[in-house]
Amino acid sequence: MKKSTATSDWILFIAFSAVVLSMPIWLAPFGANYPDLMQKFAIFGVFAIGFNILFGLTGYLSFGHAAFLGVGSYTAVWSFKLLTMNVLPAVVFSILVAGVFAYLIGFISLRRSGIYFSILTLAFAQMSYNLAYSVLTPITNGETGLQLSLSDARVLDSMVGISTGRSLPSTTLFGTKMSGLPGFYFCAIALIIGFFIALRITRSPFGTMLRGIKSNQTRMSYTGLNTRPYLIWAFVISGMYAGLAGSLLAVTDPLAGAERMQWTASGEVVLMTILGGAGTLIGPVLGASLIKYFENIFSAFNQGTLNQAFAALPDGIQSVVVDVVSLFVGEGWHLTLGLLFMITVIFLPGGIMEGIRRIAGLFSRRKDKPSTGAAGTVAEQS
Amino acid sequence: MDNTVLHVADVHKSFAGLHALSDIDLSVREGETHAIIGPNGAGKSTLLNVCIGRLRPDSGHVVFDGENLTGKKPHQINQLGVVRVFQTPEIFPELSLLENVMIPILAKRDGAFRLNWFRGFSGETSARAKAEDILHDLGLGELTGSEAGSLSRGDKRRLELAMGLAQEPRLLLLDEPTAGMARHDTNATIDLLKRIKAQGMTKVIIEHDMHVVFSLADRISVLAGGRIICQGTPEEVKADPRVKEAYLGEEQV
Repeated sequence: MKKSTATSDWILFIAFSAVVLSMPIWLAPFGANYPDLMQKFAIFGVFAIGFNILFGLTGYLSFGHAAFLGVGSYTAVWSFKLLTMNVLPAVVFSILVAGVFAYLIGFISLRRSGIYFSILTLAFAQMSYNLAYSVLTPITNGETGLQLSLSDARVLDSMVGISTGRSLPSTTLFGTKMSGLPGFYFCAIALIIGFFIALRITRSPFGTMLRGIKSNQTRMSYTGLNTRPYLIWAFVISGMYAGLAGSLLAVTDPLAGAERMQWTASGEVVLMTILGGAGTLIGPVLGASLIKYFENIFSAFNQGTLNQAFAALPDGIQSVVVDVVSLFVGEGWHLTLGLLFMITVIFLPGGIMEGIRRIAGLFSRRKDKPSTGAAGTVAEQS
Repeated sequence: MDNTVLHVADVHKSFAGLHALSDIDLSVREGETHAIIGPNGAGKSTLLNVCIGRLRPDSGHVVFDGENLTGKKPHQINQLGVVRVFQTPEIFPELSLLENVMIPILAKRDGAFRLNWFRGFSGETSARAKAEDILHDLGLGELTGSEAGSLSRGDKRRLELAMGLAQEPRLLLLDEPTAGMARHDTNATIDLLKRIKAQGMTKVIIEHDMHVVFSLADRISVLAGGRIICQGTPEEVKADPRVKEAYLGEEQV
């Protein structure tokens, strides 16, 4: 556990980075190696990793994390409008603003625990969503959403003499345009850094205290620990991850709309984390990628593609099969997602990661048969 | 009584009209082992709950080493060095034994809150060595990596004791430390508590087992119906007729 933990963590981190950076290659057979989708994998991976720091470690289930995602996006677009098209200031400001926002919401919501905490976060997020649509229109541009325009100030850009000309400028990292593959790599680096920080947090005394809160919060206070600042920090850190994810959404596509803050978006990150495996490091990223994959690939199937796929069947049967299957694709991809989620939660409460652990356990038991099962020892969570 | 370290003064506590504690006046001296005995429902656990801030007394106050504990939060009371060992094990079931004991050690070292999120937990070698020592002392040395929830009931109680001792408290409140233990384990626990006593740790101990009480206690307070009916050395308490009537009569000392 001493040295070996550190070593295995480095192996985990390097393997994770390699897998993320090589996405364009190994995703090709799945038809998912186009930049737009890979950007989403990385962005929502960041979102879910951060969410897991709160939910996975402390057990506090927030239903309002989309609010921080939205705040991040708005902040980033304002940074593009007022300061510069360079993405770095946008990312930094988004993380900071989302952090402050998370502190305010967390400060109040964390007065309660359990379902009441969840409801409070949900209420705050819906409030933010509705405000973004109505009262805050000067900041959020209401229903139209916040967009770039030619008349934007861009103080820093004009100071160094970058003029936008007649077309809308695009986001850059010191001259490299942040669309397509470079955009993906920017998000991928953010994901890798985010993963590294989450790994350190999980393995730190601070992370152990968070897990202690999940395990037995009352005991923590009788052990001399003030759980409130621990929870607030966990909430703020996960809010900052959400802000980062929101800014990355704006980096790859510089506009921000209120719908990003809607409760369905908050629910989505909960699904991602549970599907992948709450409390694990890799799980949330897996869950996020899987859901985004389904959303983009399954929803793209239509009657025509299905007819083609089942063309080999006799006509009568073909039309029946296509009718049934079409319920699960296209507009109906949510049905597939729902089934997948139900199956996971019922049979693998620990998410996909539990499935992977079980399979790995099956193999290792076959290798050394006589050993007493792994029962009783805490496996290194990864 | 100049060396009083814990003073419970005039404490009242009632639940829905029922007087759980009334007129409790109790002094615990530095270094002594003070046993609180009494029949079930006498208010013993309520008294401990008042001391650690789990319950707020209706009136009266608890003073520890010159500090008024009444109104303080449980973690503040713990940080002053008042540590309770619970009767029903309050452990962290999903964490390993080592983590269960390291958390109290780190809580004492780092205080109520510390944002050391970039430090490696596995790098806390001195806290870890200390936790291993304590677990070893209590016969749990083989199980440091196990999940605490998988322990037997007796082992959970020992882990609970280990978590309390790990903080090297100035005042240790023990709630029936040997209940549910086999005779052999009970004796081992008594030996351990005697060793701690030799180190000068002040203890308040609630216990049903008279064998444990009379082998450890310097002084005894007898609680019945929410009142202290008798206070004194083991010999004095044994001889007191009121105590016999309320409690000891059925136990055959």
